[in-house]
Amino acid sequence: MAAIFANIDLTFLIVSLVKIVGFTFAAVLPLVTVCVYLERRFSAVIQDRVGPNRVGIPLTLLGFKKDIQIFGIGGLFQAAADGVKFILKEDFTPKMVNTFYFWLAPCLTVVPALLTCAVLPFGSELDLSLLGLAQPVKAVIADLNVGPLYTFAIASLGVYGIVLAGWASNSKYPFLGGVRSSAQMISYEISLGLSIIPVFMVFGEMNLPKITQFQDAHGWLILPLWGDGLSLGRWVLWIPMIISFLIFTVAMFAETNRLPFDLAECETELVGGYHTEYSSMKFALFFMGEYAAMIIGSGLAVTLFLGGWSIPFAPLLGLDFKAGATPLWLGLLHIATFFAKVLGFILFFILIRWSLPRFRFDQLMKFGWLFMFEAALANVLLTAVLMIWFPVK
Amino acid sequence: MATIIVQRPKLAWHEKAFISTLLKGLKITLGHAFKTLSQIIGRKPKVTMEYPEEKWDSHLPDYYRGAPALVTDEQDRERCVSCQLCEFICPPKAIKITPGEIPSDDPWAKVEKRPKEFEIDMIRCIYCGMCEEVCPEQAIFLRKDYAITGLSRKEMVHDKQRLYEIGGKRVGLVNKWNELK
Repeated sequence: MAAIFANIDLTFLIVSLVKIVGFTFAAVLPLVTVCVYLERRFSAVIQDRVGPNRVGIPLTLLGFKKDIQIFGIGGLFQAAADGVKFILKEDFTPKMVNTFYFWLAPCLTVVPALLTCAVLPFGSELDLSLLGLAQPVKAVIADLNVGPLYTFAIASLGVYGIVLAGWASNSKYPFLGGVRSSAQMISYEISLGLSIIPVFMVFGEMNLPKITQFQDAHGWLILPLWGDGLSLGRWVLWIPMIISFLIFTVAMFAETNRLPFDLAECETELVGGYHTEYSSMKFALFFMGEYAAMIIGSGLAVTLFLGGWSIPFAPLLGLDFKAGATPLWLGLLHIATFFAKVLGFILFFILIRWSLPRFRFDQLMKFGWLFMFEAALANVLLTAVLMIWFPVK
Repeated sequence: MATIIVQRPKLAWHEKAFISTLLKGLKITLGHAFKTLSQIIGRKPKVTMEYPEEKWDSHLPDYYRGAPALVTDEQDRERCVSCQLCEFICPPKAIKITPGEIPSDDPWAKVEKRPKEFEIDMIRCIYCGMCEEVCPEQAIFLRKDYAITGLSRKEMVHDKQRLYEIGGKRVGLVNKWNELK
């Protein structure tokens, strides 16, 4: 027994724990609430409305003159109010449902979404010599060599949550939503997976932190503007990369059930889709899982195509990553850059949602199987052929 | 009648593939977003009126139908003669009148009747304005008050005193009872 304990690296254990709690519960989950607020405010301004602007950080209760506002944009605490409302609402389980699966489904939506956080590099390295750590801490929970494979393996479990919710609700609208969603997610997962094979061919690597480090030094995948990125080969390969980025983004929209692919819940046809029968915190879990999947999807897209935590023109500005010699402030700046990029991508998600109408189900299937799938396959071939003449590195 | 056949516009390939149309759509939504955002930051949202802070009272039209109220004439006489026509016509039965006699030593004894109690239940009132229309004495009018609130059902019943408070004085119109006739 003592030998087992002696072999455990306590620093590694504590650091990992801090990273897991810090990134998953202190960064991604609060980011979900930020997303909900952004969604409501952004959709409001798109439709010439004002949006939720009342729930301020209640400084007036503490005797201050005004609530905190950013440039006159109030309502920053709306998400907290929403959360409290969800907790206080009646948690109602209808009589006709299959109770076990009815309770299981929300968990199966949230857990895979949060599990996929593990391989996302949310920063470069943190030099924590202040706290007496000799080695710089890598800002990724699990430094896996098969990161994207792990992500897809776990993310595809998310469909079970929706299917089970639709099935267990024992009601026609959730059932239709669940059936539609399972078909949709299975068809678009193929193009999602195929679309990033060219990316791995270019990098010759499936380790997400290393992919990001490469982009930091040699230009982002779809913006190769510095380092080796200025070579002819990278710009020729830019064509398949941009195709792959487009396919990946569209498939990501379908995977996360966002408009124009939100056939699983489409309010106008299916009431609320698979979560029609859910209320209170169980409904909030679906909501959270959906937004968490959106954040992770954005994080993956940013990491693969837009340089992850890398600051634009880093080598020219002297802000690039040097293994083992990155000062603490630069490490923190990298983390901030990553979250800024993810937020930007989420804003793009929201903009698309309020710009495009929903697909019809047959259009969705036709688009997925007869266009996206073929385009992704052809893109793999195109990249392979181009790489004969323009190998990277 | 001549039939006009509407020609569908010929779409270019990039429009058919939703490439340029997608960008056009994003341009429209982003344009609206930036326009409204700048209005919010400049603290002057043009479309939305933020209700409790800003009110549209000054924009109310003359024919606006708000809370019904009783009025007095230029000599502070109660115009209502408690004929109960409004009570009978009121579609939701919101009005309740208890008629009373005017004592003979009163200067307005010749009017003979006035309401002892006049109650309008503002929870029932539908602001239709039929009471105003039917009143032969022009004693009840729909005012521009619209935010009628209360903490209990009892508070929402406007009694005679409250109705005259809202209504105030109206001059002219009916000269049946005064010397001007």
